[in-house]
Amino acid sequence: MSGYLDAAAGLPLHPAAAEALTAALADGWADPARLYGAGRRSRLLLDGAREAVADVLGARPDEVTFCASGTQAAQLAILGGLAGRRRVGTRLVHSAVEHSCVLHAAEQHVAAGGSAQSVPVDRDGRVDAGAFAAALDGAALASLMTANHEVGTRQPVAAVAAACRERGVPLHTDAAQSAGREPIPPGWSLLSASAHKWGGPPGVGVLADRTGTRWRSPLPADEREHGRVPGFENVPSAVAAAAALRAVAAEADAEAARLSALVDRIRATVAATVPDVEVVGHPTDRLPHLLTFSCLYVDGETLLHQLDRHGFAVSSGSSCTSSTLTPSHVLEAMGVLSHGNVRVSLHRDTTADDVDRFLAVLPGIVAELRTGLEGL
Amino acid sequence: MIPLDQRGRRCPLPVIELARHIGDVGIGEIIAVAADDPAARLDIPAWCRMRGHDYAGETEAPDGTPVYSVRRRT
Repeated sequence: MSGYLDAAAGLPLHPAAAEALTAALADGWADPARLYGAGRRSRLLLDGAREAVADVLGARPDEVTFCASGTQAAQLAILGGLAGRRRVGTRLVHSAVEHSCVLHAAEQHVAAGGSAQSVPVDRDGRVDAGAFAAALDGAALASLMTANHEVGTRQPVAAVAAACRERGVPLHTDAAQSAGREPIPPGWSLLSASAHKWGGPPGVGVLADRTGTRWRSPLPADEREHGRVPGFENVPSAVAAAAALRAVAAEADAEAARLSALVDRIRATVAATVPDVEVVGHPTDRLPHLLTFSCLYVDGETLLHQLDRHGFAVSSGSSCTSSTLTPSHVLEAMGVLSHGNVRVSLHRDTTADDVDRFLAVLPGIVAELRTGLEGL
Repeated sequence: MIPLDQRGRRCPLPVIELARHIGDVGIGEIIAVAADDPAARLDIPAWCRMRGHDYAGETEAPDGTPVYSVRRRT
């Protein structure tokens, strides 16, 4: 039984990862760059982790590097991808609903004299592949996520990747929400992902770059991780991340079907039992485990606290829950109701019973928060 | 047209006040909500969609506050 419904923010350590982590802490502590026995053991563990991750992501082992987080992986992909294409141009094309780590990298690029073009999304949160393609001429780099972290809508990555290939523009895809849950669409040049979203330990990001992609590190030179990521590798955590990814990928199809049915149940029940609710995100072309809705006249922060009191952990894109007091840029780009917003995201420990308990308490909580507003 | 001053009030309050006061204007008439909460830019058009009113666009008050116009339809 688990009231933790915020898988999109991070997952508890997968049992396979916990086991691998303990073993690798004992065996993989030495410097993998050293040639003595303990160093070689670390190197073997790290290379094994790299192979496992590459296999699941559809990459070659030498295309995969470990770094400190999904955010760092995306920053390196964007800034390094742009640096590698400086002779061609400086324009970055991205969707309006990319994760803030991509948008902040774009801001830095613009502040340094580059340019960025944001492609709008429809009411479901999806870019039009044709509109994205039309923005690509003369672009240095494109960035489009596999699926959105706040509303679950999948993006047309394969179609955009084909358009990028025609024009010779490398495509970065942020696979943070789908890696380990769904196959990665083909055609990317740079990929970033985050291990704690699939049940690996926090503090592990994955950056992958296709052989032949022009990429130059935006950071000072360092020999670690093929010169892509500086600093001593976190071998035990990389090993644990790989173990978790292998385990979740093996059960991904069955889990996707199970969780997707639960999300359908939440979608239908919330719409039927909570008046004046706007369920947002694409109803079918979406991540299997995530659903977002907004409750009219309800304060998102209060709703989040009330759910927490009942033992449910969810997140919210409402402005009152953000440090900047602005609504989520994703909801803004979609043009949907932003207050009273709740994101529910499920995982392998979520049972049908957990979902039913959530659905049982939600209408009463919302009704209580709307006391005095009846008839509006 | 009647004005509704929601300066300094955070969402969802401007939308709640708009719902309370939409009946103050006749059908086809406009209520103009001055609101500096950034969420109002999103939530007032969304409320119009959910309640079947027309969102009639954004202007700026002399003090720079955004003003969102809503035409009552029902």
